[in-house]
Amino acid sequence: MAAYILRRLWQMIPTLAGVILLVFFLFKFFGGDPAEILGGLLATPEQIQAIRQQLGLNDPWYVQLWIFVKSIFSFSWGNSWATSEAVSNIFATRLPATLTVMVPILILDVVLGVCAAMAVAYVRGSITDRTIMVISTVMLSISFLVYIIVGQWLFGFYLGWFPVQGWTDSFWTNLTTYAVLPVMLAVFVGLAPQTRLYRSFFLDELGHDYVRTARAKGVSENKILFKHVLRNALIPVLTNVSVQLPGIFIGSFLIETFFSIPGLGREVLLAVNRSDYPVIQAVTVYLAVLTMFINLIADILYKAVDPRVVLR
Amino acid sequence: MSAVASYVAVEDTRSEGVWVAAWRRLRNDRFGMVSLAVVIAFLLLILASAVGLVAKNWQKEVGVPNAPPTFVGSAPKETGSDPLARIVPKDAKLVDLSDIDPLAPKYKEWAERAAKIQVTETPKAETLPFGGDRLGRDVLDKAIKGAEISIFVGVFAAVLATFIGTVLGALAGYAGGKIGDFLEWVYNVFTSVPDILLIFAFAAVFGRGIDTVVLILGLAGWTGMYRQVRAEYIKHRTREYVRAAEAIGVSHTARMFVHILPNVSHVVLVRMSLLVVGFIKAEVILSFLGLGVPVDQVSWGTMLSEAQSELVLGYWWQLAAATIFMAVFVTAFSLLTDALRDALDPKLR
Repeated sequence: MAAYILRRLWQMIPTLAGVILLVFFLFKFFGGDPAEILGGLLATPEQIQAIRQQLGLNDPWYVQLWIFVKSIFSFSWGNSWATSEAVSNIFATRLPATLTVMVPILILDVVLGVCAAMAVAYVRGSITDRTIMVISTVMLSISFLVYIIVGQWLFGFYLGWFPVQGWTDSFWTNLTTYAVLPVMLAVFVGLAPQTRLYRSFFLDELGHDYVRTARAKGVSENKILFKHVLRNALIPVLTNVSVQLPGIFIGSFLIETFFSIPGLGREVLLAVNRSDYPVIQAVTVYLAVLTMFINLIADILYKAVDPRVVLR
Repeated sequence: MSAVASYVAVEDTRSEGVWVAAWRRLRNDRFGMVSLAVVIAFLLLILASAVGLVAKNWQKEVGVPNAPPTFVGSAPKETGSDPLARIVPKDAKLVDLSDIDPLAPKYKEWAERAAKIQVTETPKAETLPFGGDRLGRDVLDKAIKGAEISIFVGVFAAVLATFIGTVLGALAGYAGGKIGDFLEWVYNVFTSVPDILLIFAFAAVFGRGIDTVVLILGLAGWTGMYRQVRAEYIKHRTREYVRAAEAIGVSHTARMFVHILPNVSHVVLVRMSLLVVGFIKAEVILSFLGLGVPVDQVSWGTMLSEAQSELVLGYWWQLAAATIFMAVFVTAFSLLTDALRDALDPKLR
């Protein structure tokens, strides 16, 4: 196991190098001139030149790449170009809001998705099953935007059950007052695709020999589903959750924009609109690293729940 | 005639091709055929809008601002046409300012000059078939034009992603070795960054515009296709027919794209239609956020972003039009994809 983890960590190095190169050259060759973005429209050529000098833009590209690599490993990204806030500070202050919204969404999504999928798998092949599948296809085809627009209008504005938007410094108020509607809407939208996917996991398992054996020896259908099939179907569910996990740090950008939640997703979106390169670059590189580690942990967990898996 | 037909049938003992068989299976799928008809209808519609047969004047302000749909009926007239009358009480005396107003001597001259200018008052419709937006543009025309842009972006981005994914996947799967390792590395790099961040990073450097959106989505979305095509090529490269082609001296390129590609094309097609649905949804979100199509164009995403503020004022028709158009097309396309997968790959059932 230790050897496996070591090898996986070793393999991350070239991938990380690739991400760094991709981000560096993407912004270097295709992005606008940082000095002109920073200087603004009124900057004189001398000012532009001074900024170029200060940022090291007059150095050859390999020197700039070295500065870039150093800033990644020393966690010093300097300040945001738009607000002069330290990039590390942006991470630290925006992440809690994002997690306050995304963690409940992820938990509810998985729990409700598994329950719904099991219910649908239980009535498989019937007209109910078919109807639910058609409804979820139609629901999936409507843009996420429509659900948020209508949901915010209906529950926040028209019925007035929840605040339309807002955020405070108190975690508890946020969770119980301001996060409720966004979480509800996101779970509602996510449920249809989750159910569809998890249903296919359950149906895959139901076709296996051990299910037939259990039936042959007279185990009740409920016991097969809840005891035998559920345990095995949770393995692909786990994989699926681990695929979604990196997304919780950024995935809520739409919700954060609509409900004015000061989270990381909204910050990245603002950065894109303001051409605030340090913020975008930092988020991209660190989330890539995070994704690699989450994938590694997921593979190890995979081994823990399914002893048949051989880690190579 | 029937004699000839039966003669041919006896003579031709070849089994039916994969596409003929797939078409036969698809024709038996009622859901699939209905969705195919809807998709074709949409494609004809956007073709007509692209050449200017319909929705050509979508930018014309043909109705009153926020004109309601015809089936709802025109908006109730506001009582008292002069908005000032509601604020100023009837018996109030207006203060005469003409002796201290420095512009007072010019009013008459200006009024005369204004009278000389010909103003053609175009009659504006009180109601439109599916309502009007805040400028009085026909929402139905906008939805058709928006369909053109959104579907165009979805299809072309899918074609681009398919092209990149297929070429790289074929290369990696067929060649293996050093080239394969290098392409695997590129794949790992692209998949280690979450999709949405990749799209944002590309959007930050490439700017705005329709072709930019196609480029961004294509560059960020090819990895799934690459993975699948590569797996297929690894499976196929040692098959007898490829070895036989090698034996008669067929070049590597020809073996890759003339011999193997047709045998994996059904996988590519199914994957591509999945991409179309995903990219249309992504385009709508990007345009909504202002990262997609420019403001002088219309797509379902820009319609939705206008609809957000309209809904609060009670003008729901633009939201409804964009949603219905998108839902119908995407549902039909998804069902068609399902039917296509069933038809092309009966083993999957």
